[in-house]
Amino acid sequence: MDLTYTPEQQAFRAEVRAWLDVHVPSEPLEHFDATREGFEAHREWEKTLKSGDWGMVTWPKEYGGRGVDLIQWLIFEEEYYRAGAPGRVNQNGIFLLGPTLMEFGTHEQKVRFLPKMASGEEIWAQAWSEPMAGSDLAGVRSTAVLDGDEYVLNGHKIWSSRAVFADWAFGLFRAPGSERHQGMSLIFFPLDAPGVTVNAIKKINGHVGFAEIFLEDVRVPAFNRLGDEGQGWHICMATAGFERGLMLRSPARYQVAASKLADLWEQHKDAADPALEAEVVRAFMNAEAYALNIYQTASRLMAGAKIGPEASTNKIFWSELDIHLMETALAILGPKAELTQEAPDAYPYDWIDDYIFALAGPIYAGSNEIQRNIIAERMLGLPRK
Amino acid sequence: MDFTLNDEQRMFAETAQTLFADTCTPDHWRKQMETGEARDDARWQAIVETGFTLLLLPEAVGGLGLTELDFALIAEQAGYVALPEPLVESAGVAAPMLASLAPDHEALSDPSATIAIQHPSNPFVLDADLAAAILLHKDGEAYLATPDQVTLTREQSIDPFRRLFRVDWDPAKATALGKVDWDLALDRAALFCAAQGLGLAQRAVDMAVSYAQERQQFGKAIGTYQAVKHHLASAQVAIEFARPVVVAAAADIGNCDVQARARVSHAKLVALEAAEKAARASIQVHGAMGYSWEVDVHLFLKRALALTQNWGTPNFHRSRIATRMFTQPTGPDQTFARETENA
Repeated sequence: MDLTYTPEQQAFRAEVRAWLDVHVPSEPLEHFDATREGFEAHREWEKTLKSGDWGMVTWPKEYGGRGVDLIQWLIFEEEYYRAGAPGRVNQNGIFLLGPTLMEFGTHEQKVRFLPKMASGEEIWAQAWSEPMAGSDLAGVRSTAVLDGDEYVLNGHKIWSSRAVFADWAFGLFRAPGSERHQGMSLIFFPLDAPGVTVNAIKKINGHVGFAEIFLEDVRVPAFNRLGDEGQGWHICMATAGFERGLMLRSPARYQVAASKLADLWEQHKDAADPALEAEVVRAFMNAEAYALNIYQTASRLMAGAKIGPEASTNKIFWSELDIHLMETALAILGPKAELTQEAPDAYPYDWIDDYIFALAGPIYAGSNEIQRNIIAERMLGLPRK
Repeated sequence: MDFTLNDEQRMFAETAQTLFADTCTPDHWRKQMETGEARDDARWQAIVETGFTLLLLPEAVGGLGLTELDFALIAEQAGYVALPEPLVESAGVAAPMLASLAPDHEALSDPSATIAIQHPSNPFVLDADLAAAILLHKDGEAYLATPDQVTLTREQSIDPFRRLFRVDWDPAKATALGKVDWDLALDRAALFCAAQGLGLAQRAVDMAVSYAQERQQFGKAIGTYQAVKHHLASAQVAIEFARPVVVAAAADIGNCDVQARARVSHAKLVALEAAEKAARASIQVHGAMGYSWEVDVHLFLKRALALTQNWGTPNFHRSRIATRMFTQPTGPDQTFARETENA
C-alpha cells in the first residue's frame, strides 16, 4: 500500500498536462451526437491527440499506443478531464472494443484495426441490442452465415450510439438455428457496406446520437470475426466487464463535476436551501469513493487479477452518483435550472443537459436492474431460479 | 502508487477472521447475553495471545509497532462478529494514546489489560468498570484514573454488548498527563469504527444471503426474486464503495492534515451508512424472523447505530469534509494530494 505517485508517474502527469495545455481547443466543440459537423470536429480532435501519441496510452506501441500501465492511464484521464478536453467520440472503439481486441484478436486483426481506432480514422459503434434483445441480450436474432471466406449478415440492430456518423460497427450475430448463449459470434462490419441501412433515432435531449441498423445480405470477410465462431457471448461479457468495470466512465469526469458543483454552491448558497450543502458534500464523497475504488481495481489488475462481477457494482455506483450530482445542481439553481445550453442566460449553468444525459446511465451498458441481478447471483451467490 | 494489501496484512486479517469465527459464534453471543458476563475470558485470552492488543503500540513499550491499516483489518473482522470486548477502543485508541503520554505506565505492560477512554466527542465510556486505567479529559488535558478513583454509573445501550458508563470524577484524585492530541484519538477511533462498519455490513448481507437461499415461498427460494436480490445487491454496492475509502483513510491517517482527516470522516460516514443499510436490508429479507431476537441480525443493526453517532456524529464528519472541500483544491489531480503541497 503506497498512495503516493512515483517520480515517473509525476513526470508523466506533467507531460500530459503540458501537451493538453497547448492543444485542447479553447472553445468547446459542438457535441458529437448533435450534428455531423460536431462529430467530424471530434474526429479531428482524435487525430490531434494521436499526433501527440495520446490516442490510447495503454495500448502497445505497435498498435498505436504508448504501452503505459493502468495507473498512468488514470493519470492521463485525470489530466484529460481537468483540462476540459473534448469527449472521446470513439469511446465505443477505444474503451470497449479495443481492450477486447487486445485480449481475443489475432496479431493481424490488431494491426489492421487498433492503430486506426487510436487515430480516429475509423470510429466505431456497438451493434448488440435488437428490438427483442435488450436486457435479454442472449435473445439476439441477427444471423451470420459463412459463405466461402465471407460472412453474410442479416438482421436488425438498434440503440447503436453514434452509428449514424460512425464508420464501423462491432455486432453480435448468431448461426441460424442456434439458441441463447450458444452459436453467437462477434463480427465487424463497415456501416457503409452494401446492404447496411442506418436510421437515426432522436434522443430525449434532441440529439440524433442513436441509430437502428438494418442488415440485408451484408458480406464481410471472415477475417472480421473476433475470436472463435460461437465464442461471441463470452467475448461480449469480457467487453461488458471493461465497459462497466474500468474504462467507460473515468472517475475524473465526476471529480471535475463535483468541483464545479462545489463552485456552484459557493456562488448560490446565500439564496439556496442550506440543506443542499450536505448533498454537495455527498457528491464530492461519491466522486472520491469512485476514484479510490478504480485505483484499487487498477492496482489489482496490475497485480494479475481479472475483472469479475464486481464490475457491475461500478456501473451502478457511477450512474447513480452522476444523477445525484446533477439533480443537486438543479436544486441549487432553482427556477433557472430549466435553461438549456442554447439560452442566452444559461452559460455556465447548463447543468440540465448533463442531468438529462445522466438519466441514460442506469439504462445503457446493461440496465442497473440487470447489474443488480449479476451482483446478487455472481457475487453473492443467490439462486438464478 | 499501489492500492493492494501485502501478504502480512492479508495474513493478519485471515488470522483475525479465523479466531473470531471460532470464538465468537451465535452460541457465544447468546451464552454471554444469558449470563450477563462482560467478557468471554477464553476469547479475550486468544485475542491477547495473538498479539492484537499490542499491534499499534510502539516497539519501545513492548508493542508490535504496526500501523493503523493493519489494525483496521482486524477491526473489520471484529465488526463481522459484533465483537463484545472493547478490543478496538482499548488497543486501537486508548492504549496508543496512553503510550504517547506515559510509555512506562504499568497498564501497558499487561497485554490482557484494557484501557478505557473518555473522549470529548462521546458522552459515555465503554467498559470503564473493567479497565486497568481510564483516560479522562478536562479542558483539553488528559488525566488517568483507575475505576475505583471515579464514580461509574451504568447506562443501558440498545446494543446488548456495549457496556456504557457515565464517569464522574475529581481531577484532584486523578493523575494529570498534560496536553494530548484528542483529534488523533478521534481519527483513529473513527477509522476503526468505519472498519467495523465494513464487517458489520458484510455480515448482515451474508446472513441474508444464507437465509434467502434456504427460505421457500411460492414454491421457490426467496433469493430467486429480484425484489430480494436488489435489496442485497444495493447493500453490497455500498460496501464496495466504502472499503477503498476505509483502506485509503487507514493508509493516510498519519499525515494528520485536512485531507487525511476528511478521508477518515468520509470512511466513517459511508462505512456505517453501508452497515445500517445492509442491516436493514437483512432484517427485511429475513421478514418476521429478522424482527426476532434469536436471529441475531439485530446485533449488527444496533452496533451500526451506536457507532454511527459515537466518535463524531455524521454532521461533525460531514463538516470536516466540507472544510477540506472549501479550503483545499479539489479535482481529479487532488485525490492523493496533501495539505503541505498546497500550502
